[in-house]
Amino acid sequence: MSASRIPADDSIAARLERAGVSRRNFITFCGKLMVVAPVGLAITNHLGPEAVAAEIGKAKRPSVIWLQMQDCTGCTETLLRTSQPDLADLILNVISLDYHETVMAASGHDAELALQDAMNQNDGKYVVVVEGAIPTKDQGKYLYLAGKPGLQVLNDVTSRAAAVISMGSCASWGGVASTGENPTGSTGVISLVKNKPVVNIPGCPPNPYVLLATVLEYARTGKVPALDEQNRPKFAYDRLIHDHCPRRPHFDAGRFAGEFGDDNHRNGYCLYKLGCKGPVTHAACSTRHFNEVVDAWPIGIGHPCVGCTEQGVVFTTPIHQTVDIKRPMPPDTYPAIFPEHKGVSATATGLAGVVGGALVGAGLVASRKLGNGNGNPEGESTETKE
Amino acid sequence: MATDRRTLLKGLAATAATMTVVSTPAMAREKKNPPTDAVGLLYDSTKCVGCKACVAKCKEVNELPADTRNFGKGLYDSPDGLNEFTKNVIQLAKDGDAGKAVYVKKQCMHCIDPACVGACMLGALQKGKYGIVSYNVANCVGCRYCEMACAFNVPKYEWTKVAPKIVKCELCKDRLEQGKQPGCAEVCPRKAVIYGKYDELLSEAHNRLAAEPSKYVQKIYGEKDLGGTQVLYLSAIPFEKLGFRFSNEEAVPHMQQTVQHGIYKGFAAPVALYAILGAVMFRNRKKGAADE
Repeated sequence: MSASRIPADDSIAARLERAGVSRRNFITFCGKLMVVAPVGLAITNHLGPEAVAAEIGKAKRPSVIWLQMQDCTGCTETLLRTSQPDLADLILNVISLDYHETVMAASGHDAELALQDAMNQNDGKYVVVVEGAIPTKDQGKYLYLAGKPGLQVLNDVTSRAAAVISMGSCASWGGVASTGENPTGSTGVISLVKNKPVVNIPGCPPNPYVLLATVLEYARTGKVPALDEQNRPKFAYDRLIHDHCPRRPHFDAGRFAGEFGDDNHRNGYCLYKLGCKGPVTHAACSTRHFNEVVDAWPIGIGHPCVGCTEQGVVFTTPIHQTVDIKRPMPPDTYPAIFPEHKGVSATATGLAGVVGGALVGAGLVASRKLGNGNGNPEGESTETKE
Repeated sequence: MATDRRTLLKGLAATAATMTVVSTPAMAREKKNPPTDAVGLLYDSTKCVGCKACVAKCKEVNELPADTRNFGKGLYDSPDGLNEFTKNVIQLAKDGDAGKAVYVKKQCMHCIDPACVGACMLGALQKGKYGIVSYNVANCVGCRYCEMACAFNVPKYEWTKVAPKIVKCELCKDRLEQGKQPGCAEVCPRKAVIYGKYDELLSEAHNRLAAEPSKYVQKIYGEKDLGGTQVLYLSAIPFEKLGFRFSNEEAVPHMQQTVQHGIYKGFAAPVALYAILGAVMFRNRKKGAADE
């Protein structure tokens, strides 16, 4: 991974050719990028995978420094756990992953040297990917990297970066580490890094192709993609899971799985009653599945969405608690033209009669008393005097 | 102030004389024709697949809240008919299990001679531009006579509001001004409901009946029914099954107004009423004077 081996032409196309990556694999990869970012990115806004491959091939391999903070390495796994081993190989050729604690062969002082080298050689041009939350309490003493608090490492590395990407929910807002008591004062990158463009790619884990598309878009155009109000790239986070869910017809028809393993669950019915957070979760999972395998995503395998991309939903709302439907739409049922009117029961009629009778009786008595009162000569005289 | 018997009788006689001269026999009200700029909808129930795109679009463009009180409480916008939250609804004529499903779209029919306009005492409901029956809340006292008068059960009262209004389809009149179609017609994926000039829609309906006589009941609902409506319907099954209970050709206000206008012709009813009241007062006054 040493930069000294990179020749003059360090475009992605040249690199892939030298590395012996088959063109077929690269085209496949570009097709997957087009699936994950069908609209909203300059690099995938082309006619076919060949055109996208030509576009991406022109880009300089982006130098990526990957920092791991309070993480579970799940986000790293999602990047590397492709269903085909050569795709993982390809990914590491498309981007230049110059520092990554899990992936790199070096350790100890050699690893630290690699980090310093990468920062020096691509000063101001590299992209930092942060995985995991950053503990801030007590000068960040709850996480040390090579003898320095994680907070300080983050500041050092991002201060010379071109852009910062928060990979996963922990890096985006603090994730599971910041939930509840939050003893280490964990928080996300966005609240610590103020002077660089920060892209949040929340998810537990997020789709790795969203990260790759964002990095490659930046490498090709020098700009981060359009972001929503939570700094999530719109191309991947502008839609509700619920609105694009393959099980939506079951929801509309009112067909719900009642519990795990019942007949309705086995029939692939809607998981809303099991606590699915699809109706409040913005993510692309319902149309862009994981590990290049069709239906490899929670709802696809029969588990309700937990809302892992939404701060305030995942880790805070119980997994099997249902959520409110913000904008109810018509169901797959119809009102009848001639509705059946429910009859009034004998008891209800009797009760209404008793109440009505009591009121009439009370009225009669009251009016008699009033009549007597008016007849009282003393009362009348005081009123008329005034 | 002091009116003696002589003066009163004089006045009554004068009024009676005027009435005899002025009044002519109460005449039946003339049948109304659609306005020259009339627009409307043509709904072909044989084309409708019941997708409810029109229901969702209507809510969106009219900014109406979802009615979540029925099916799957809270989850769906599932009105059980037209109501205070719903200006447009798709109903099922037949149970899907029992036979072929037939859908029918319900909204204001925009009658050529509307019962609601006839019943409205202050003109809150008016037949305005393009013949659209529109509602002006400033003139509404909330009597709900329009609700009672409508033969199609269309105007609905906002029972859940502190200051209730009447809710009914106004054919997206604001959208028409912007050069757009009514929401339902714009969004319909099968052109089951189309928007256009009334005359063109009527001839289109006749063309469809002539082109495929075996497909349709040979009738355009709304062509003549209840004096005619600017929303026209085609169907493969009898219209009674779609919930259209009336097919007499006389408009609702016809008899209503014939009777009322007859009574008030030449101010007859108030004069008669006040004559009687006057006579009673006169009698009582005389009695009172005698007692003293």
